[in-house]
Amino acid sequence: MSRRETRAHLTVPVGPRDHTSGSENAPLTLVEYGDFQCPHCRNAYPIVKKVQQQLGARLRFVFREFPLTQIHPEAEHAAEAAEAAGAQGAFWQMHDRLFERQFALDDDSLVQYATDLGLDGDRLRGELDAGTYRAKVREDFMSGVKSGVNGTPTFFINGVRYDGSYDLASLLEAVSAAVS
Amino acid sequence: MKRAPDFRLPSGPDTFLSLADLRGKPVILAFYPADWSPVCGDQLALYNEVLPEFEKHGAQLVGISVDGPWCHAAYSKSRNLRFPLLSDFEPKGEVARRYGVYNAASGTTERALFVLDADGMIRWRYVSDPAVNPGADGILEALESLQQPGAVHEPA
Repeated sequence: MSRRETRAHLTVPVGPRDHTSGSENAPLTLVEYGDFQCPHCRNAYPIVKKVQQQLGARLRFVFREFPLTQIHPEAEHAAEAAEAAGAQGAFWQMHDRLFERQFALDDDSLVQYATDLGLDGDRLRGELDAGTYRAKVREDFMSGVKSGVNGTPTFFINGVRYDGSYDLASLLEAVSAAVS
Repeated sequence: MKRAPDFRLPSGPDTFLSLADLRGKPVILAFYPADWSPVCGDQLALYNEVLPEFEKHGAQLVGISVDGPWCHAAYSKSRNLRFPLLSDFEPKGEVARRYGVYNAASGTTERALFVLDADGMIRWRYVSDPAVNPGADGILEALESLQQPGAVHEPA
């Protein structure tokens, strides 16, 4: 009976198609596969922020879309809205807004958030209606599936899946330990 | 390779599914400990989401646990699952025992995956730590290897 001993690895390396925060040359890369409607991802959101603050320039953070649409009916459009905001240069602002206002992720709210952020809300609505970013979201999702993402949030630290707890102390320790 | 033991289990309060009914296409058997426990929810939610990829390989996914059919019906409805859940309920865990994945100490099945080819031969199997969601990558790799003619994906 096979039991896989080795931990899962990121099969699609971080590249130009990704949303990254921090220096490309940072020694540490934390990748999250997340779902904007997932309560666990919402809980992890301020923790990741603190890890970013504490590690500063040593850390690059990457967010990839992993909407579980069958249990989170608004997750797909929320993911596409983040991508649409990204196309207008504001992925991270929208990422933060979606987690902070997870209780309201209907299309009208998504458009409102875009407007609040100074983006073109009509364009974002049109892109949601047209499914402009559906394929990109699915690409993220499948890259996660093939890397062994097994729920949300799933983190990879320097390309290796992190199976531990994501409370601040544990995550900070795990990310810091990856330096050496 | 080994032939997958046949079975006939309730797929709902009034319906049954036999492994033989699925002959002719690849089959994914996902044994999991229990409905409603959070890790299982994640695992089945993930498979529900990846279902179109399994279907690209023509494969049928079935979930199996020792929960009864009414429990499965409520669980499946609450999670919007789009694949059958079978009840290895009476005699309890008998099918899991035939597959070598019954855990008598916990009274549940192990968290175990089997990929069968269209002829009902076991081509891949994997037993996960009960607390760890095994993900879907191993299943997809196994399905991909089925499509390479002559390739035999022997379990380690």
